[in-house]
Amino acid sequence: MKGRLPYNVGGARIDRSRVLRFTFDGKVVEAHPGDTVGSALHAAGQTTLSRSFKYHRPRGLLCCAGQCPNCLVDVDGSPGVRACTEPVREGMTVTPQNAWPSLGFDALRAVDRVGGPFTPPGFYYKMLIRPRAAWRLAEPMIRRVAGLGRLDPGATERRWRTDYRRRHCDVLVVGGGIAGLAAAVRAAELGADVVLADDGPEPGGRCLAEGDGARVAALAERASAAGVELLQGASALGFFDGLVAVWQGSVLHQVRAARTVVATGAVEQPLLFAGNDLPGVMLSGAVRRLISLYGVAPGTRAVVAGVGDPALEAAVALRAAGIHVAAVADARPSPTGEAADALRAAGVPLLEGHTVVRAAGGSRVAKVTLAAPDGTRSRLRADLLVISGGMAPATSLLAQAGTSLEHDGERGRFVPADLPPGVFAAGQVLGHDAPAAAELSGAVAGADAAHELGLGDDASRALLAEDVSALRGASPGTPSAPPPAPPKGERGRCVVCLCEDVTVKDLKTAVAEGFDDIELAKRYTTATMGPCQGRMCQRAVNAVLAEETGRAPAAVGLTTARPPWTTVPLGVLAGRPYQPAKRSALHARHREAGARIEWAGDWRRAYDYGDPDAEIAAVHDGCGVIDVSSLGKLLVRGPDAAAFLDRVYPNRMSTLAPGRIRYGVLTGEAGRIIDDGTVARLDDETFYVTTTSSGAGAIFEWLQWWQADWRLDVRITDVTQSLSAVNVAGPRARDVLAVLAPGLDCSADGFGYLDARRGAVAGVEALALRIGFVGELGYELHVASAHALTLWDALVAAGARPFGLEPQRVLRLQKGHPIIGVDTDAETTPAMAGMDFAVKLDKDEPFVGRWALERLASRECTERLVGVVIEGEHVPGDGAVVVAGDAPAGRITSARRSARLGRGIGLAWVPNGLSELGSRIEIRDGGTTFAAEVVDAAFYDPDGERLRT
Amino acid sequence: MSFVLECPHCGPREVTDFRFGGEVRPGDDGGRPDAAALTRTLYLRANVDGVQREWWQHRSGCGAWFRAERDTGTNRVLRTAAAEVAW
Repeated sequence: MKGRLPYNVGGARIDRSRVLRFTFDGKVVEAHPGDTVGSALHAAGQTTLSRSFKYHRPRGLLCCAGQCPNCLVDVDGSPGVRACTEPVREGMTVTPQNAWPSLGFDALRAVDRVGGPFTPPGFYYKMLIRPRAAWRLAEPMIRRVAGLGRLDPGATERRWRTDYRRRHCDVLVVGGGIAGLAAAVRAAELGADVVLADDGPEPGGRCLAEGDGARVAALAERASAAGVELLQGASALGFFDGLVAVWQGSVLHQVRAARTVVATGAVEQPLLFAGNDLPGVMLSGAVRRLISLYGVAPGTRAVVAGVGDPALEAAVALRAAGIHVAAVADARPSPTGEAADALRAAGVPLLEGHTVVRAAGGSRVAKVTLAAPDGTRSRLRADLLVISGGMAPATSLLAQAGTSLEHDGERGRFVPADLPPGVFAAGQVLGHDAPAAAELSGAVAGADAAHELGLGDDASRALLAEDVSALRGASPGTPSAPPPAPPKGERGRCVVCLCEDVTVKDLKTAVAEGFDDIELAKRYTTATMGPCQGRMCQRAVNAVLAEETGRAPAAVGLTTARPPWTTVPLGVLAGRPYQPAKRSALHARHREAGARIEWAGDWRRAYDYGDPDAEIAAVHDGCGVIDVSSLGKLLVRGPDAAAFLDRVYPNRMSTLAPGRIRYGVLTGEAGRIIDDGTVARLDDETFYVTTTSSGAGAIFEWLQWWQADWRLDVRITDVTQSLSAVNVAGPRARDVLAVLAPGLDCSADGFGYLDARRGAVAGVEALALRIGFVGELGYELHVASAHALTLWDALVAAGARPFGLEPQRVLRLQKGHPIIGVDTDAETTPAMAGMDFAVKLDKDEPFVGRWALERLASRECTERLVGVVIEGEHVPGDGAVVVAGDAPAGRITSARRSARLGRGIGLAWVPNGLSELGSRIEIRDGGTTFAAEVVDAAFYDPDGERLRT
Repeated sequence: MSFVLECPHCGPREVTDFRFGGEVRPGDDGGRPDAAALTRTLYLRANVDGVQREWWQHRSGCGAWFRAERDTGTNRVLRTAAAEVAW
């Protein structure tokens, strides 16, 4: 590990006594526990970590803080991982992205060498347009050349399994640097319930690497002691109307806090000069972290260039680590302060008013060109160029919360101008660069937040007043110079947006072409739109546009801050990859019987038991049994129960005698069918209502809604889950029931069609409804779910053959019974579906949909649901088109071959002219044409004799 | 969109716990509406920019329907009341 510093220099986070191994690009790399992939690679001499988005330029560590796009790699198949923050694990496989054939030699770099004139901003709109075929040829090539990372299109398993967690708290602190910690400590010590979300592996922020590690460690300990919930590795993604989404590994916290303290710090900005993206060009913060945290030598011979103290402090740290500093260029005319004094005392050339104008080298910095204030150039040999273009406050979350920003011209940055109610800011995001001032501002924000919540006392208010005045008196730090304009006349690309490979020249082109607003230039050039979301370039884009348009930076502004502030895998936002399934109490039996289980809405149901034709025959000739537990089942009870049902159903339920059943269709206020089912009156004040399987939940809620409005003396109870139901059907159903229910009079007279009876079946208390969806003599038996298996087993033992959903669909189709939602849609009225019989417009009481139904009754339907007999051996698929005169005129909703009837039958929507019995229609399904005739939909047993026997 | 509603039975909960039930509208007074009035009732909503009364259901909680006064501009919920409470 040649890039490692001596054991006594830095490396606070690593354990030098142990070695881990992982592979990068197929080669084994050694690392220490505590290393990140990026620090280990840099220590191993691997300075190129990725290739850039468009030009395939080599890129290496720049920020070392998870901010920039330079170290995006693929880790164990997950693309887009930042090497500089990803902890090393034994045996992990790290591969570079976007490089071909290899990271070291990327043939696509040719785009960089020759591509300039061919890849201007907006080239999608300018080139490859004519001939039209050009784009089709070019697109796959462009896809190969551009992009970041690769997903496995064959992957079937979702990689991310995220849980949502809702957390309501008094104070949320975003950012665990010195300011955030101070805010959390103060608020929690005043009694607030505080959550602190920090994206680092340990609290402390930049202080950890910049000499204040002990101070932040003490604060973190106090925070824990005060009960602060410290979330580490937790990135705040966005501020959504007071809700902050925090991503932490496999958990997405949805934190809603009464008060929010934003202490997101600042993002160190790069400088604009030719070759500014070469590996070896590093921000001062990155250098500090590599040395202090990981004991890695960022280079061997450094040139430092900056606009303020961070650059000088990095130079001091480099020297302390034994790295030669060839020169320090400071844009300020006469830098003062501790760091400047230390450098001067050590004899390091501190070049006042100098700026860096060019970095040159093959795959790493080799030479650096500096410019003196008079323009004189000097060239220095160096393999490390440390830069610092000033601090841009990380204001995105604040801006999302509604904070407006103002431009601080002196330091060339945008700072929060006013904060919305309930939102506080602290630390560097407010411009407090010095750690002491940042800590004070954190304490002030924490106290303010707690006080607003009614916490604290006179003593805490006195302490706050002290802190406020101390903060006013605190040193703002040595001022920095505004970042210099990009140099003119230097050879090499001057990259503004590292993510998208947008150069100063590209932005100038955009302005020249009229895209002179920052939002337009953003969309045209894609600058700020990459993985770093403008962290590394928002300031530079602003500066270049300001210069090109002659407007003040304040007038140019920044692009709108939008979530997510941190790159986040879509899988995290997609939540848990699970699909809730409902299974009936009989599900195990269906599986044991070899049923084909399929989805039916959110139920898992038995489609058939292997032989649908035989199952149908059993219902026609013997006895079948089907699990219909998914039906919605409601108990409507109370003195007003009958009146309530009269108000929701378009027909009369109050005239129903106890022990009798009536079919009912439910219509919405617009008179369109929303559901259907049966209503059985159990006694004067009790009705048992069934709904369709798919409508069960919605109808219960709908009925409750009406009841909330009307407030009749009635209670509606959903018993769908607590009761199971089976339908025993077929000519032998009566015999089966009679055997199992000796106490029940099952005779045709004693238990007639549409009668409801209660009694024991197979020893199980049951409600038996004599109804016939499948067209044969049948009994629907509703029992407590706990006893459903007993009933089922007894029925099967008594000779009832289980039949599935598909046979049931054929059986009901033979009767022309529509399924609501399958054969009808949201526009279907009872008249259109031939269900006028269930609408009684002569009812005295008002009912839901009455006025719309009345109006509809005065109009002719334009289309109707009709029965059709299809010629030939085959039937069209559900949804096939009914054609009239070569134009689509309707559709088949259900079609099946009926073995019993010996022909293909179906239900179809047809226009008025084709709906009369005997009309000939044509059906097209894909390339196949079917001829059909409109008939009475009651194909089988039209008079219902078999049903009523 | 994100805000908190106070269920009259369960207390404050995230909006995602609830189902929106639309504006509270005057009920059917029993009189036969003309075509224009029926169309208004069925298809037109006030859609105010400001405070309106709404139906909400605590779908992922107690299941009850209740009414709320909400500012549609700010999503601030001014008050909520159980269905049986007059207001």
